[in-house]
Formats: sequence, C-alpha cells, structure tokens
Amino acid sequence: MEFFIAILASILSDSAPIIFASLGETLNERGGVINLSVEGTMLLSAMAGFAVAFTTDSLVLGFLAAMIVGAIVASLVAFGSITLKRDQVAVGFILTLVAGDLSSFLGVPFVRVPGPQIESLPIPFLRDIPFIGPVFFERDIITYLSFTLIIGMWLWFYKTQPGLQLRGIGERPEASFARGGNVKLMRYVYILLGGALIGFAGAAFSLHVKLGWSHRATAGFGWIALAIVIFGGWDPLKVAFGAYLFGALRASATTLQSSGLEVPVQVFPLLPFPLMILTLVIFNSRGLDRVLNYLPLGARRALTRLLRSNPPAALGTHFEQE
Amino acid sequence: MTDTRNLFVRITTALAPLLVALIIAVLLLVATGAPPLDTFVKLFTGSFGTPSKQADTFVVWVSLAIVSAGLLITFIAGQWNIGVEGQIMMGSIFATWAARGVWEQQGIVGIPVIILWAMVGGAFWALLVAVLKIYGKVNEIFGGLGFNFIATAFNIYLIFGPWKQKTGGTLSGTEIFPEALWMPTLPELRVSPIAIIIALLVLVVIYFSLRGTLWGLQLKAIGKNIRAAFVLGVPTNPLLLSAYAVCGACAGLVGAFLVIIVHHRLIPSISSGYGFLGILIVLLSSVNALWLAPLALFFAAVSIGSTALQLELNIDSSLGGVLQGVLVLVVLLMQGIKEKVISK
Repeated sequence: MEFFIAILASILSDSAPIIFASLGETLNERGGVINLSVEGTMLLSAMAGFAVAFTTDSLVLGFLAAMIVGAIVASLVAFGSITLKRDQVAVGFILTLVAGDLSSFLGVPFVRVPGPQIESLPIPFLRDIPFIGPVFFERDIITYLSFTLIIGMWLWFYKTQPGLQLRGIGERPEASFARGGNVKLMRYVYILLGGALIGFAGAAFSLHVKLGWSHRATAGFGWIALAIVIFGGWDPLKVAFGAYLFGALRASATTLQSSGLEVPVQVFPLLPFPLMILTLVIFNSRGLDRVLNYLPLGARRALTRLLRSNPPAALGTHFEQE
Repeated sequence: MTDTRNLFVRITTALAPLLVALIIAVLLLVATGAPPLDTFVKLFTGSFGTPSKQADTFVVWVSLAIVSAGLLITFIAGQWNIGVEGQIMMGSIFATWAARGVWEQQGIVGIPVIILWAMVGGAFWALLVAVLKIYGKVNEIFGGLGFNFIATAFNIYLIFGPWKQKTGGTLSGTEIFPEALWMPTLPELRVSPIAIIIALLVLVVIYFSLRGTLWGLQLKAIGKNIRAAFVLGVPTNPLLLSAYAVCGACAGLVGAFLVIIVHHRLIPSISSGYGFLGILIVLLSSVNALWLAPLALFFAAVSIGSTALQLELNIDSSLGGVLQGVLVLVVLLMQGIKEKVISK
C-alpha cells in the first residue's frame, strides 16, 4: 500500500509539466491555432526559467521569465500565422528548431549547476485523509496548480460565456465574427496564454521535476504534449488523463528497469514515448471502429463518445476578417 | 516609379533575411561575450578554409542534398514527413544489419548490398507512416513522430543489446566495420567522390521526374487539392505511397552513407538532425528543386563551420542551428509581408 501510494503520488507530481504544456496547447488549438513549437518552447523556457531563478535566487521570477519566453515564441507563431497567413505548421516547426538550438547555445553556463527548487508544501488537515491525503495533498505548489488548472480550464470551457466564445472561434470563426467577436484579437490572446502555459511547463521541469538544466533536458516531452492534446480530444479532463497515462507509462518503465529483464537498461526511459504515440494511433485508427462495432449499441455510443472527438473545425485554417 | 519600387522590394526581401539572421547572431554572440567578427571569419574558414574542411563540408552536403531531394517529393504531395529522422536512422540500422551479413566480403560486393538494403529500410519506415495516414487516418506528423521515437529506442536497444561491442555496450556505438566496407574516399580526405556523384544523380532524377513526368504532375495535383485530384481520376493512394517510399529510400541512402562514410559504425544519434535540416532546406527553397543543391551547400557549410567554432573558439555549435533556423523563419515571414504589401 505504501508503495502504491508512493507511485501514484510521484506520477501526479512528475506529470505536472506535461499537464501545463498540453493544457496550454489545448487552449490555443481550441481557438483554432496550432502551436507546433511546443518542443522547442519547453526547452528554451526550461533553460530560461532555471537561469533566471539561479541568478536572481527567486523561483517566482524564474517561472515568470519562462512564461514570458513561452509567450514570445507563441507571439511569433501568432504573427506568422494570423497576421501574415503563413502555414502554421511550418512556422511552428521552424520555431521548435530555433528555440531548441537557442536553449543549447544560451544554456551553456548553466549546465548541471545545482540551483533553487520547489519545496514540498503539505496542506494541513487535507493531508490527514487516509489514502487521498498522502496521494494528493502532500505535494507542492506546482502540483496543486496543475490540479487547479485542469478543473479551472474545464469550467472555463464549458461553464462560462467567454469559454463558449473561445470554442466558437475554433469551430466557426465566421459565426463568431458575425456575432461581433474580434476573432483575430481573441486568437492572439489565447495563443499567448497557451504559450505562457507551455513556458510555465518548461520551468516546472527545470525547477520542479528534473531539477536543473542540461543539454536537451526536456527532449521529447514537447512532442508528447502535442500528441496528448489529440489523444485527449481537446477536452481538458481527457487531456489530463492522457498526461497521467504517460506519467504511468514512465513510472512503469522505471519499475521494469530494475526488474532484471534481458533488455538493456538504456532502452527503458525511451519506451514511454513510442508507447504513448502508439496508444494515440490505436485510439484514432479505423481499426478501433471495427472492434467497437461488435459491442451493443449503447456501449458503443458511450465508448465512442469517450474515445473520440473531432478537432476544432477551423483548426489550422486562416480567417479573413473583413 | 513602380519598377524601381518593385526592384527595391525584391532586393530587400532577398537580402533582409540574411541581414536579420546576422544581426540576431551578432546579438547572441555579444550577449555571451564572444567576438562576433572572429566568429564569422572562423565560421567561413572552418567550412572552406582548407581542403580537409572543404571535404568535410561536402560530406555533409551529400546527406543534406539527398534528404532534401526526397523531402521535396513528399512536400510537393502536401505531406509533412517529420518521420524523416527515423527513416534516416532506420537506413543506418538496415545498413549495419546488411554489413553484419557481408562482414567478410570485399567492398565491391558488400557496399552495394549495404546501400540497397538501407534504402529498403528507409522506404519501409516511411511506408508505415503512409499506411497509417491513408488507411488509419493518422496525421503524418504524429505517425512520423511515433516512428522516430521507435527508431531511436530500437537503435539504442541494438547498440546496447544484440549488436553491442565485444567489450560491452557503450554510447560510442557498435563494432567498427572492416575497412573493406568503408566507402572509398579521396586520399587523406573524408569525402567520397562516388557519394557526390550519387547525390547529383538523385538531384537530377528528382528534378526531371517533377518537371517531365505524369507522376510528378499528379503529385503536384495531390499537393494542391487531394480531393479534387481524386475526383479527376488521380490514383491518390498509390501515388502517396510512392511519394513516401521515394522519400524514405532517399533518407535510407543518407543513413547508409552516414554509416559507411562518416562513422563506420552505428552510433546512437546517427541521423544527426539532418532530416529536420532537410525540411528547413525544402521550406527555404520554396519547394523548387533547382535551389536544393546550393542551399544544401550553405547549410552544410554553416554546420561544419559551427563545429569548428566549438573546437577552436569554444562557442557552442548550436549557434549554427540558430542561424539556419532564423534565416528560414525570416524568409517565410518576409514572404508574408511582401504579399501583404502587394495586396494593398
């Protein structure tokens, strides 16, 4: 039981960066803009967040700097794709390479230096609840923020007026515009907010999970965050589930690593990445439909609703505001 | 008046990206306390200064030219083949696999086997992405990413598992190939004339197959509007499969060259990011085959030059990647600005 609690707790806190990154991306994709630069943005903001926290000895400034870096990269995506109408995928892809190399170039002085890190912060009373307490409430501020963000974003999307409008500009921007919404402005706002969250995720890596900076420290995680957004069907709760699933895969890889299987240990840390994408592929492929067809109608409908969702209809398209 | 204005617009749009990339590089260098002028001199002498550096630049050119030629095909068909990194890696893995089969053979027998098998490996890895895209409706970007991750994990598994050196698995890679299986190079230099000829052949074949064949025309139609192409009778699925296969085979060829010309063994990060650089080159070329060779040379020079920076001035070689990426980004944005100005 102790072991089980420890594993669950570590999955929850280690997944926090992926939660921020994939929910940030969910935000801008819901608004209709793909920010493909997540991988590079996370590298650069992880480096910047650590560098600032290290030099100023302030964690708050570190996280702030990382968010600004994320928003700056996102603003380039927004400028290129919304204002100049370039291919969103192309702009994001180039930015991911530039930001990644920039993190290596500027991060040299900070490689493997010990720096500040987030302290744990158990919540009084709540921590005493059996099982739930030690799993959820003996963590740190970053993990609590990740819980808050999941619930907050879900409420925002489905229970508020601006959330409805956000979904509108991603689904039918013309209709949203006809109702008096400034589509371009709102898209700019949401991609900047999404970028800031992705930046926050970078700092959550270097100041919370992986501690410190080294060359390509967060490599692969940005791509996984992008995949998780699709896996989760652009729904905050399902996206969070995807992020925790990836966390569970990573935890099992670590456990298997020490189990003495006849596979080189170097392989295990790499396995969760292809497994996560494979899961996405299986969930999205038509083969799954055939399996579902054998189920009774009610179960099939429920499962399809749970597993499938269509991307925002206007995702990746340009909008002419005349 | 409009003529001079157009000329002005044209010249600025051609030169501005280079200038902006240079300014950003200077700012970065100043910020990190490195001497900008020395750095640029070293960047040039480090890639073209001596015959051996020139040779190294052409070694990289071969890889970039071939992979970007392959990527041109998938780009023309409207496909983002991000899986190209994994396809190069699979080419190297298949090349090493073949090499283990012909370990005792002479090069004249062994090398063609290695190259062909590597192309099969690259094409196979690309076809997996294509099949998922066409029959499973899985976006090629994510399919490709998945197969990149699998190739990386598989490569590490081989290097530390079945193909480890007799002394044990290390990050330095597998056992070094027997010299008979190294691609013959010019004396004292690393560059292989045969590889350069093959790269030129690939460029020519790709250029003419896009210009003068039905295949090329139909691929363009697919890239412009796949539904319209299908309605007009273009067999879209077989054509897409063929586009991926050609790109994968090119990537596999690069994978083979990386093994038998550059490293002479399989190493963990064998693809060296050349696949992603190839995508940058194709974006910069505005998907035009004629531009690939000179752009690949420029990118190769920056890559080799920046390694020299690392060795001689202790400036991190990632500066080269920043320069290349910023250049492509600014070109892309300038095209957008130009269209905005013209439409006004």
